[in-house]
Formats: sequence, structure tokens, C-alpha cells
Amino acid sequence: MKKKNSLKILSLCGFVIAVQLLTLVTGTQYFLTQLTMSAYYGLVVIGLGVLMGYAGQISIGHAGFFAIGGYLSAALTTHNLLGVAENPLVKLLDQVGFLAMSQDIYGDQLLTVSPWAACLIAVGAAGLIALVLGVPVLKLKGHYLAMATLGFGTIIYRLLLATPYFGEADGISDVPSFTILPALGSLPPIVISGDFSLRVVNYYVAWGVLIIGMILLLNLIDSRVGRALRSLHSSEEAAEAVGVNTAGFKVGVFVLSAIFAAFAGVFITHYNSGIGPSEASVMKSVRYVALVAVGGMTNLWGMLIMGVSLTFLSLRGVFGSMDDAVFGVILIGVMLFAPNGVLSVREFFVTRKKETAE
Amino acid sequence: MSQQVQLPMLELQSIHKTFGGLHAVNDVSFRVDPGAIKAVIGPNGAGKTTLFNLIAGNLPPSAGAIYFQGKAIHGKKPHQIAGLGMSRTFQNIKLFHGMTALECVMVGCHLRSKAGFIGGMLHLPGSRKEEQWINKRSMELLELLEIAEYADVEATSLAFGQQRAVELARALASEPKLLLLDEPAAGLNIYETAEVARLITKIRDMGITVLLVEHDMSLVMEISDEIVVLCFGEKIAEDVPAQIQKNPEVISIYLGEDEQ
Repeated sequence: MKKKNSLKILSLCGFVIAVQLLTLVTGTQYFLTQLTMSAYYGLVVIGLGVLMGYAGQISIGHAGFFAIGGYLSAALTTHNLLGVAENPLVKLLDQVGFLAMSQDIYGDQLLTVSPWAACLIAVGAAGLIALVLGVPVLKLKGHYLAMATLGFGTIIYRLLLATPYFGEADGISDVPSFTILPALGSLPPIVISGDFSLRVVNYYVAWGVLIIGMILLLNLIDSRVGRALRSLHSSEEAAEAVGVNTAGFKVGVFVLSAIFAAFAGVFITHYNSGIGPSEASVMKSVRYVALVAVGGMTNLWGMLIMGVSLTFLSLRGVFGSMDDAVFGVILIGVMLFAPNGVLSVREFFVTRKKETAE
Repeated sequence: MSQQVQLPMLELQSIHKTFGGLHAVNDVSFRVDPGAIKAVIGPNGAGKTTLFNLIAGNLPPSAGAIYFQGKAIHGKKPHQIAGLGMSRTFQNIKLFHGMTALECVMVGCHLRSKAGFIGGMLHLPGSRKEEQWINKRSMELLELLEIAEYADVEATSLAFGQQRAVELARALASEPKLLLLDEPAAGLNIYETAEVARLITKIRDMGITVLLVEHDMSLVMEISDEIVVLCFGEKIAEDVPAQIQKNPEVISIYLGEDEQ
């Protein structure tokens, strides 16, 4: 990684620790809940940012991938498989060690897919769906691609609402906690859970996940693949002429961003111990697009900062019942006044001044 | 072995391209020998750029066949053809926005490197090494084209002639066997054109076969080994420059009736 980025990552780590200590000192630890969720949503935003900002392919269906991750891991870890234990598929899952026995709140036996296995299946499914969808859809450009991904998001939303397995309008609740690392010696296990006693741990897990995601994407942007993505954004013809398989890279980055969204969906579902259909709604997809735009299309840092802070404000209820409207206004405002993101507003006024001076 | 030597670098066999009722390219055949500089000339609308797009795979031919080193390439995608060892520049320069001159050339090294998504994200030692090699190689190419001082300047903000040089460096970065140049002297003054002529000869001397489309007669006559003349999509002559200059049909159609 470039030195500049390493320094920024270090300062981000410092900031994350400072915020936690600040909430401790000021007795405002309840903020940690929304900060944890914001970090997971931030993961969706930076993943989408690489697709949209760097590779130039829009998706208004990313809430769909988020929901596929969240819903699949929720369904797999909550639905009791005891009644269908003889099903060959269930037997296969058992043989590869994907199943776990537990007890529900009434003390009954519960046979479900273990969270780690469910996470892999859910993220894998999201990646696979992105692949199958991406191959035909990414042949489209501009508005047409936007419409197609919008259609995909709508389909996922309606399917979730209409499927009893996914809880229809109620969604899925009582999702168990997710032990991502078992206890090692004297170290306690690391568990994703909404339990109050685990609030601080979960805050660090979420930010750790976001920071790791950020490092991976920053590396990617400066690599051979990153250059190929940026080149096809600018001119597919010229990229092809130097041997870049533009169709392949477009699908690749689409799958990658879907995987980021799905991971966020899985983690947040275990953290909230449930997921509802609103997570799959088109408004959520539009919100992610708005957050990428606000951050600056080719500025991962801007996306991270704006994505997390606006989501935090939204989750705190600062925008009240105007929540969705606020994101709409933000999107319009950014497009008009700061197409390179709000962190570039200064640039906008400087160039405007120059133009009027001439 | 002797057969390999005789194998043309590029061979077009009665290529046709129609757009609706218009015959943009009509029954054009010619071959490009390895190590040569071959030029395609013709008045505006003669089908030169269409022909280039057919060769590079940006358009599929309506009929006919194109062989690159004996391999059929018609119907292949541009990146597949590039992968076989053919590279090109564009008449209206297509550099990548938001990239420095160096980065543009680094994209050109795409075919000579292989780091994928995983390698790129994890910055594995293998891809880090490769990255250093790409950087070094791209710098060398900028030096070869005498624009190393602009390495860190945003490519699209460079002067026109320098942008062309960056495009050339990018095309060379893929280490092509055949280089297609679409009007390399378009928009350049006579000094810059002489400079381009020198660069093209330099590239040929590196062992790269060159096929160019050009308007600028002085450039074409000076550097090409052979010339193909197109008019309204048809080949009307193919010869060495000295003969083309004497060909009455070429003179009447291309250079104008009044000359001589």
C-alpha cells in the first residue's frame, strides 16, 4: 500500500479507538450501536464505490445483494432442520460439518446450519447471483444498466415479501449470535451479537471488518486490476485494444461489490438478530448510490467518511420522518454542486470563480 | 522454418463491410510482410478507419477472412486479438481520464502481467514484484518516446503531440508484433510530423511490423515500404511509394486531377 494510505488507515484506527474512549468517558455508549451498524453499511458503500466510481458501472440493486446475504444467513441459522434430517441435502450439510445443534428459547432441540457455514453459503450465493445477473446485464450501459439493476433489486424485494421461508413482511427474527473466533486460551471468543455486554467488542469487530475491506479495496485500486477497471471506465475501446477483457472485468468487479454487500448483510443480521424486507427496498439501493456520490465517485476515503457519518445520523433518527427525502435531496445537491463529492466543494467554487473572472 | 518466414504478419482475404446498403469496404485483399511499414491511404470516406476497425476486431466483417500470423482473427473480440500480439492507436486519441501518463502506459502492460483480483487486493509478494516491473517497464517506454518528464502529469492534459506519444507508448507496452497506427500525424504540424516519422521508423527497427492509415502524404511516402490505396471502399492500387506516386489512377483520384 502507498505510504499516504497507510497513514490514513492508521489515523482511522486511532479515530475509531478515540471515539470508543470518548463514549466511555462521556457515558454515551449507546452511540456504539449505531456506530457499529454504520460501519457495516459503510462496507456496502465502499464496495459499491469501486463498481460505480472506478469501473463506471452503476447498480441500483445493491440492497438486493445485502438482503441476499442477510436473509440467507438468517434463514439458514434459524429454520429447524430436525424434521427434514433425512433429506439428502441436509445429510450432506451434516457430513461436511455445516450443521449445529442448539436449543431455542423454549428449550426445544434445534438443528440449523452453523453461522460460519451459513455466512459462506449466503455470501457465495450472492456472488453467484451477481455472476449470473452480471454477465447479461453488464452488456448494458448507462441508463439501461441502471434500469436493469433497479429491476433486479425490485424482484429480490418482492420475492422476500412473498416467500414464507423468508418471513414475508415480518422478516426473520431470533437470528443467533455469530462466533467468528472461538475462545483462544485466556482470550474470550469474538461474537457478533447485539448483547449489551458485547457492545464494545462488536464496535471493534465492525470497524475492523470495514478497515480490512478498505485496505483490500485501496490495494485493488492501485493494482493491475484497478488500472484495468479505471481504463474501461474511460474508454472501453482503448482498454480492449491493450488486451483488457472489459466484459470479464466488469463482471468481476460487480461480483466483488456484491460480495462486500452480502458480507455486510450477514454481519448486520447477526448483530441485530434479525432482518426485515425494508433492507431490500429500492430506497436502500438509492441511498447507497447517494452515499457513493456524496463521498466522491473516485474517492474511497470520501465514500467511507460520508457513508458512515450520514448513515450514523440517519440511524440516530436525526432526519426523522424525512429520512428518505433527505437522501434524495443530498443526491440532487451533490449532482448539481459537487459532482466529485462534498469533499470537493472547494474545488467547485474555485473553478466557478475562475470561470466568472474570465 | 522457411514456411514460417514466408507467413505474412497480416493477411486480408476479400474483406467486405456493408452498413445497410453502403459498401464501406468492398473486396479488399492485401498482406503485410513481417518487419515492414505498410500504409493505407485514400481520400476521406475511403473506408480506411473502417478497415482498421475490422482488423482490430472492433467491427465484424460482413464477408471475407483476416489472418494474423496464419491464425483467423475475424469474429474475435478486440482484447483477444490484442492478446495475439496486435496493438493499435486511435485517430481521435483515447487516453484514460484521471490517469497520469505513466499509469496509461502501465495499463498497456496488462497483457504482460497477470495479477488478478485476489493478488491485487492482498498485495501478495508476487503481484508486488510484478507491479515494480510494470512501473520500470512503463518508465522505459516513456523514455523511449522521449516523454519521461511528463510521467506524473495527467495524460489528458498534455499537449496533443505528447498525448500521441503516450498512446504509442501504451500500445508498445503490450509488446505487439503488429502495430496499427490510425492517422498518427493527424493534427500535428510539420515538425511534429517529422518527429512521428522518426519514431515510427524507430519502432520498426525494434522488429515491430507497422500498418498505418494516413492522410499526410509526406509521412507516408517517406517511411512506408508499401502502400495500399483505397477509394470508396475498394483497393485501387498496391505498390511501393515510388510507383504509387506515378500511378495515373491514384493521381487522378487521390492527389487530384490537376497535378502533372
